[in-house]
Amino acid sequence: MAARDETLGPDRGGSEFSPSLEIELTAEERRAGLAGAGPYRLAARRLRRNRIALSFGGLFIVLVLACLAAPLWADHVAHRDYRDIPGSSETVTKGGEEVFVVGLDGVPIGPTWRGEYFLGADGSGRDVMVRLLYGGRNSLLIGIAATLITTFLGLAIGLAAGYLRGWVDNALSRLLDVIWAFPVILLGIALGTALALGGLKIGPLEVSGSSLAIPVFVIAVVYIPYLARPIRGEVLALREKEFVEAARAQGQGPLRIMFSEIGPNVVTTLIVFFPLLVANAVLLEAALSFLGAGVQAPEPSWGTMISDGVDRVVSAPHLAVVPGVMLVLTVLALNVFGDGVRDALDPRAKVRIEH
Amino acid sequence: MSGPTLLSVDDLQVRFRTEEGTVHAVDGVSFEVRRGEVVAIVGESGAGKSVMAMTLMGLTRSPNAEISGRAHLGETELIGAAEDELQAIRGDRMAMIFQDPMSSLNPVYRVGDQIVEQIRAHTDVPETQAFGRAVDLLREVGIPAPEERARAFPHEFSGGMRQRALIAMGLSLEPELLIADEPTTALDVTIQAQILRLLKRLNTDRGVTTVLITHDLGVVADIADRVLVMYGGRIVESGTLDQIFYDPQHPYTWGLLGSIARLDRPRADRLAQITGQPPSLLSPPEGCHFRPRCPHRFSKCKQVPPLEARGGDGSHTDRCWLDPERKQALRTLESGEIGLEEPAA
Amino acid sequence: MARFVVRRLVSMLIVLFAVSLVTFFIFQVLPNGDPAVRMAGKQPNETQIEAIREEWGFDEPVYVQYATTMEKLFTGDMISYFTQLNVVEEIWKGLPRTLALAIGAAILWMAFGVALGLYTAMRAGRVSDTLLTVLALIGISMPVFWIGALMNHYLGFELTKTLGFELFPNGGYVEFTENPLEWLHHLILPWIALSILFIGVYSRVLRSNVLDTMNQDYVRTARAKGVSERQVLLRHVLRNSLIPVVTLWGLDFAVVIGGGAILTETVFNLQGVGQYAADAIGQLDVPPILAVTMFGAFFVVFFNAIVDIVYAYLDPRIRLEESSA
Repeated sequence: MAARDETLGPDRGGSEFSPSLEIELTAEERRAGLAGAGPYRLAARRLRRNRIALSFGGLFIVLVLACLAAPLWADHVAHRDYRDIPGSSETVTKGGEEVFVVGLDGVPIGPTWRGEYFLGADGSGRDVMVRLLYGGRNSLLIGIAATLITTFLGLAIGLAAGYLRGWVDNALSRLLDVIWAFPVILLGIALGTALALGGLKIGPLEVSGSSLAIPVFVIAVVYIPYLARPIRGEVLALREKEFVEAARAQGQGPLRIMFSEIGPNVVTTLIVFFPLLVANAVLLEAALSFLGAGVQAPEPSWGTMISDGVDRVVSAPHLAVVPGVMLVLTVLALNVFGDGVRDALDPRAKVRIEH
Repeated sequence: MSGPTLLSVDDLQVRFRTEEGTVHAVDGVSFEVRRGEVVAIVGESGAGKSVMAMTLMGLTRSPNAEISGRAHLGETELIGAAEDELQAIRGDRMAMIFQDPMSSLNPVYRVGDQIVEQIRAHTDVPETQAFGRAVDLLREVGIPAPEERARAFPHEFSGGMRQRALIAMGLSLEPELLIADEPTTALDVTIQAQILRLLKRLNTDRGVTTVLITHDLGVVADIADRVLVMYGGRIVESGTLDQIFYDPQHPYTWGLLGSIARLDRPRADRLAQITGQPPSLLSPPEGCHFRPRCPHRFSKCKQVPPLEARGGDGSHTDRCWLDPERKQALRTLESGEIGLEEPAA
Repeated sequence: MARFVVRRLVSMLIVLFAVSLVTFFIFQVLPNGDPAVRMAGKQPNETQIEAIREEWGFDEPVYVQYATTMEKLFTGDMISYFTQLNVVEEIWKGLPRTLALAIGAAILWMAFGVALGLYTAMRAGRVSDTLLTVLALIGISMPVFWIGALMNHYLGFELTKTLGFELFPNGGYVEFTENPLEWLHHLILPWIALSILFIGVYSRVLRSNVLDTMNQDYVRTARAKGVSERQVLLRHVLRNSLIPVVTLWGLDFAVVIGGGAILTETVFNLQGVGQYAADAIGQLDVPPILAVTMFGAFFVVFFNAIVDIVYAYLDPRIRLEESSA
C-alpha cells in the first residue's frame, strides 16, 4: 500500500488516493466484488456502463443494417435501380403533380419525402436514397473487408517480425518502413490507378479493374504498417516475459508459442485498433472514390456520390451534403465507440492512429 | 547539537475525500525539530510520512485534500499560507528530496541547468555564476569531474550519482531544513551507505537540519539524533536514538526492531514479523490504530491513547496504554520473540 | 550527434532506393495487362501505344525498364500522353502552391491543436473538456474534401450572394507576387479545411501527453524547488509534452505535402501538385501519378530524416539509442 502522488493535478473525476495500485478498480467495482475478475470481463462491464460509447456503437450497427437492407428498399419502396440511368422523360409524383425527375434546366428534383425518390434524384436521374444505401453498403463492405485483411496480415507480419527477429525482422521491418514512407492517399491513388485499367493477377487469381476487390486490396495494404508496427513492438516486449520463456523451456516450437502465448496478449491491441482502422478505411475509400481511384462508376459509394454532388453543388447542394453526413455519422460512431473500447480496456492506454 | 526549535508541527491533520469515504492520511501529528538535528521519521509505507512531508512543503494541493493544524518554520506559518509565500520558502529555506532519483530529474535538461533553475527561482544571480555554483555543489556532494557532469544529462548519471545531484540541488540555496523522503530506498545497499554518510556529513559539517523519512530502521541507526515512529497516520513513539533502540516503549517499535537482523544480539532462527496488514486509513480501527495487530492489546485500547512521556525528562514519549512495568515485562529484545506472545487479557 | 546524423542520412538513402523500387513495382510490375496500354491512359490509340512501348522499353528485361523509368524521372524527360505536357515541369509549377497550402495549414493546426490540447488538459474532467473532446472527435470524422467543398460553396459562394461582397472567395489561387493580400484571402478557407482534422488529432494527443507529464516526478521536483507554477507548466510540462508532438507534426507535414493536400487543392481549385495528380487520376493518366507518387514519397522520407535529427537534438536520450537498426 503506497500513497499516490498528491501534488496538484487536474481533478480527473476520481480518487487520487487509492489504496491499491494494481488494478484500477473504481469504488463501485470493488463493491460489486469484481476484484478477481479477468481483464476482459472487467472491460466488458466498464463498456456496458459507458452509455455514450454504446449508443454510438448502436448507431453504427443501425447504419450497417440499413445499408444491408438496400435491395429491400430499392425493390419494395423506391422501385428504382441503383445503377441504371433512367430515360430523360422519367417522371415521378411530387406534391400531387407529375414532374420530370431531371428538369429541363438539368436540375434534378429535391427530396419527395415519399417512397420513390425519397431524397430526390441525382444528376443522372437516379434515386438518391437507393444509391445512398447501396453506396453505403459498398463503402462499409470495403472498409470492413479491408480492415479484416489488414488485421490478418498486420498480425502475421507483426508477430513474425517481433518474435523471430533476426533477418526476418529486418526484412519485414524494412518492408513496413517503405510502405510507411508513402503518404496514405498517394499510395492509395497509385495502387488504385495502376490497377484500375488492367486489374490484378496474382498467380491463378485474376481480378478485373472495376471490381470492388481492388479498393479492398489497396486499402488493406496501405494500412498494414499502422497495425504491424505496434504489434511488433508489443511482441518484442512480450517475448522476454516469463511465461514465454517457460513455454520455450518446455520445448514448444516458435509457431506454437506465437499463437498460444503471445497471441492472446496481443488481442487487446487488436480490439482497440479495429474500430479505428475501420473508420480510417472508410474515410480512405471515400477519398479515393472521390478522386476516381477507388470505386469505379457506375458503382456507387459515398465517395463517388460526394464527388457527383460537388460537381452540382450550386444547383443541388443536398447531393453533396447527404452522403457526407452519412459518412461523418458512420466514422464518428466508430471513433466514439473505439474510444469507449480503449477506455474500457485501459483508461491510460496510449494507443492512437496517426493519419 | 540541538539548538532552538526550527520546525514545529502542531496537531497536523490531512484528510482526502475520495469516492469511498474520507482517508485520514495524517491524523493529528505534533513534533518539533531543533536546529542542527537529524530527525528520522520511521514507519511502513502508507503510514502517512510522505503525505506529511509534502504538506509541510505545501505540495499537497489536490482539490480533495483537507488540511488543518499548524506548522511553523521559524517564524513563518506553513499551513494555510498563501501560495506565493510558500513558493518563496520552497527550495530556499526548506528543501525536499524524493525517493526515486531516476525519475526526479527532467530528462531533457542538463543537470547543471536544473540546479541553476532552482537558484534563479529565488535569487538574481546571473546564469554563469549560478552554473559555477552548481559545479561547486556537485563537487561537494562527491561527484567526480563536476564541470563535465554539470553539462551532462540525467540519463548519463548512475542512480547514486543522481541522488547526490538531487541532494546538491536541494542544498543550493543553503536551506534551513532539508527533508529527505526515502532517499536511499531505490538504490543499491552499498550506494545507500554512501548517501547516508553524505547526509550525515552535511549535517555535522554544515549544520544542515535534516528530516529523514524512511521505512528502514537500519538506515536510521547511522545518522539520526532523534526518531519519530509513525503508524496509521499518528506518531506512536518519539525519542532519542538510544531511547528508541535500547528502551522502546511501543509494541509497534518492538516489532520493527525485532524484524531487523542485529549484530549485537544473539542470532535467532528467524526474523520476527509483525502479523497482519497495515491499517486501512479509510476506516481505521477504533482507538489505537495498532490494536488489531498488537499481541498485547487489552480492553482499554479501544480508546485512543494519548502521546505522553513516561517519566524521565519528557523527551521520550509514546502512545500506548500499557504501564511501564508491564512493558518492561512484555518486552524482550531477543530477536525472534517480539510479537509472538499471546494477547493479554 | 554527428555520428547520429550520418547514420540517419545513410539509412535515408537506402529507404529512398527502396521507395523507387516499390513505385516502379506498383506501376509497372504489379498490374495485370499491357503496360504500354496502361501508360497511354483511358483513350489510347495504336501508334501511341507502340511509341510508348519503345520509349519505355517495355520489351526489355525488368531491370532495364527500371533504369529507364528512373532516368526519365530524374532527367525530367517524362510527358503525360493525355495532356502532352512535361510531367516534371508541371510538378515544379504546382509546388509553390502546395507548399503555401501545407505550411500555412501546418502552422495553424499546430497552434490551435496545442492551445486546445493544453486547455482541455487543464480542465480535464469538466464540462468544457468533454464538449471540446466531442468537437475534436467530430473534426476527426469529417472527410476534408467534403467539409472543404461545403465551406467553399456555402461560405465562398452562398455567403457572397447574401452579403453582396466576397468575404471568402469561391476557390482559386492568386500568386503571391501578383497580390499578397488576395493570396492570403484565397488560402484562408483551404487552410481551415485542411487543419480541422489535424487540430482534432493534435489536441487529443497533447491533452493526453500533458496529463501524463503533470504526474511525472520531475514536475514534483520542480515545484519543490520553488519554481513558479507558470514556469513549471512551460518549462517542464509543456516542453516535455511537446516532444512527441513535434515528431508527429513533421510526419504529418511531410504527408500533407506528399499527398494529403490533394483533396483540399482539388476542392478549392488551387492548381497545386496535388490537383495535378488528381486531374490525372480521372483520365487514368499514369506518368503524372507515377512522378508525383515517387517524389511525394521521397519528400516524406527526406523530411522524416530531418525530423528525426531535430528530435535527437531536442531529446538527448535518443542520441544514444541508435546503435543498431
